[in-house]
Amino acid sequence: MPELVVTKDINVPGIDSLDVYRQHGGYEALAKALREHQPDDIVEIVKQSGLRGRGGAGFPAGMKWSFLAKNDKPRYLCCNSDESEPGTFKDRMLMEKIPHRLVEGVLITSYACRVKTAFIYIRGELALAAQQVEKAVKEAYDAGLIGQNILGSDFSCDVIVHRGAGAYICGEESALMESLEGRRGYPRLKPPFPAVIGLYGGPTVINNCETLVTVPAIVLNGGEWYASYGTEKSKGTRIYGLSGHVKKPGNYELPLGIPLRELIYDEKYGGGVLGDRQVKAVIPGGSSTFLLSADQLDTPMDYESVAAAGSMLGSGGVIVMHDDTCIVGAVLRANEFYRDESCGKCTPCREGTYWLVEILERLEHGHGKQKDIDLLLDVCDNISGKSFCPLGDAATSLIKSSIRLFRDEYEYHVTHGHCQVGPGAKVHAGAH
Amino acid sequence: MISEHAKQRMRELTQRYPAARSAVLPALYIAQEEEGYITSEGLQAVSEAIGITVDDVESVATFYTMYFHQPPGKKVIKVCNSISCYLRNCDAVLEHLEQRLGIKRGETTPDGNYTLQAVECLASCGTAPVLQVNGEFVENLTIESTDALVDQLDAELKAKKSEARL
Ligand SMILES: NC(=O)C1=CN([C@@H]2O[C@H](COP(=O)(O)OP(=O)(O)OC[C@H]3O[C@@H](n4cnc5c(N)ncnc54)[C@H](O)[C@@H]3O)[C@@H](O)[C@H]2O)C=CC1
Ligand SMILES: Cc1cc2nc3c(=O)[nH]c(=O)nc-3n(C[C@H](O)[C@H](O)[C@H](O)COP(=O)(O)O)c2cc1C
Ligand code: SF4
Ligand code: FES
Repeated sequence: MPELVVTKDINVPGIDSLDVYRQHGGYEALAKALREHQPDDIVEIVKQSGLRGRGGAGFPAGMKWSFLAKNDKPRYLCCNSDESEPGTFKDRMLMEKIPHRLVEGVLITSYACRVKTAFIYIRGELALAAQQVEKAVKEAYDAGLIGQNILGSDFSCDVIVHRGAGAYICGEESALMESLEGRRGYPRLKPPFPAVIGLYGGPTVINNCETLVTVPAIVLNGGEWYASYGTEKSKGTRIYGLSGHVKKPGNYELPLGIPLRELIYDEKYGGGVLGDRQVKAVIPGGSSTFLLSADQLDTPMDYESVAAAGSMLGSGGVIVMHDDTCIVGAVLRANEFYRDESCGKCTPCREGTYWLVEILERLEHGHGKQKDIDLLLDVCDNISGKSFCPLGDAATSLIKSSIRLFRDEYEYHVTHGHCQVGPGAKVHAGAH
Repeated sequence: MISEHAKQRMRELTQRYPAARSAVLPALYIAQEEEGYITSEGLQAVSEAIGITVDDVESVATFYTMYFHQPPGKKVIKVCNSISCYLRNCDAVLEHLEQRLGIKRGETTPDGNYTLQAVECLASCGTAPVLQVNGEFVENLTIESTDALVDQLDAELKAKKSEARL
């Protein structure tokens, strides 16, 4: 078993309480940071570690921190705990089980970035996670770990837990800031990036929950230690969330670069495909990423290799589909999400996501025409690159990649009026 | 009614943030706690606490799906129907609940006991299919466990009702 970083001790009974967390070395990284390092040193250590954002885009964390505008406006930190990408369920687990490690990561990052007010934006639906983080924040305040002169140093910082209220788009960082400022969650134009003009106009660090949870171990053990895991360009470990048709779905923390096949088949992880069937396709990084086919199972799960295979490592949500899955049906379901979650600010996405679902629906239910398949691609072209934020592009990934890989199955729906495989095939076959 | 205490909590919230307006979402939660859903009185209270117009508050409130604009049932059941749960047959669970409760997704039973919603990924894809009842997760659902859950909820509702009668 490779060493665990973010999920270390996560199943220790009571680790969600301050006492037990401290018995297991909790807040030692914070103490070390305040005692031994200047803020800029920590930015350097994190740069050296190679830690990249776990929210999806994989931007180097230390570099992002060093891009903070140097002016006299107050700086802010936002922890992005709005987890809602279908197939992703790691941040919720971290917050529920080991909330103090997040608080510690938030504090160290605030110190490194000279932030005095930090926010933890938690998705509204995740009530228990919010409760756990709120409790941890309170305990930390009471113990002098948050507030004025933390651990006797001259570093002071407040931490505010803020709950969302149901809107996927608020995970997009600029929409998150709008929401936190008390408005509808419409994305802002980027650039300027939050590092330059962010919350309340101040330079703002936004990082994913898992990214921040990784920080304490890096400060404690050093950048080189962390960089010794993973691959040349994708360093360290991350949580892979395995779901769909595997025997043992769940979150598995592993070094970057683990082969997809190992993740799915190893007894320690996925344990193989349900019913010992064959893999048909895999969505490697949350529903916003492109499908990989069964002959790409040897792809190492790091940022570069997954990109070279034509997709994205994204949020680490690996969704496995076996050979009895109707691709058109699955893609339809995934796309209903984007239709419902499009914020409506820009026309290509608002209208396009609606039409994509309409067309997919008629194909899936056997009323589609041959030309509908190309019409789907045409609508995709009118969305990608023409939408205001990446949600529009995200809505097209599965459609484009599934037509490329499984065009024959779309055509089968047109010629036969029902699914080729899955329950939709059997129902109709029986009716004939 | 929005109590004086609730209004006070809303006003205090505005002090927590660098800008008062940031308290809109949490203040709306307080309004919803008080009356079960967002009423015009609730909007008014939030507007007064924050110092922005009622229309402005309403425009924010209608963007977010967790604010109810009609009274919800006593038990709000949210079944995830996104991709990972779909692959684990959440549709069967949802259809079963529709039959058992006698309502379609999006509806509330006439007795006001249950609201059934089909919702998007609940960040619990590894234990699919899943649902939430009043915010609490129930994971790895089967038809049997779903039935057992409704039995239990029925019993809770019944107990509450006889308690109220006493
Ligand atoms: N975790 C989840 O639930 C979800 C994750 N995603 C992921 O989100 C990704 C897209 O996110 P975006 O924030 O739009 O990506 P992005 O590439 O614009 O930015 C990534 C991060 O780097 C920062 N950054 C980039 N260039 C910078 C510069 N020059 N100076 C300072 N900071 C800079 C951004 O502010 C941001 O924090 C997708 O790749 C997708 O995988 C999408 C949906 C949901
Ligand atoms: C539509 C959309 C939704 C997003 N949702 C999330 C999210 O739920 N959690 C998250 O951490 N990042 C999400 N992101 C990415 C954020 O915009 C941002 O890149 C990230 O929080 C930066 O943190 P990181 O560098 O630590 O990954 C989303 C992006 C888009 C376009
Ligand atoms: S692309 Fe979609 S989600 Fe993004 S701003 Fe446009 S309408 Fe909103
Ligand atoms: S898809 Fe149902 S919880 Fe994620």
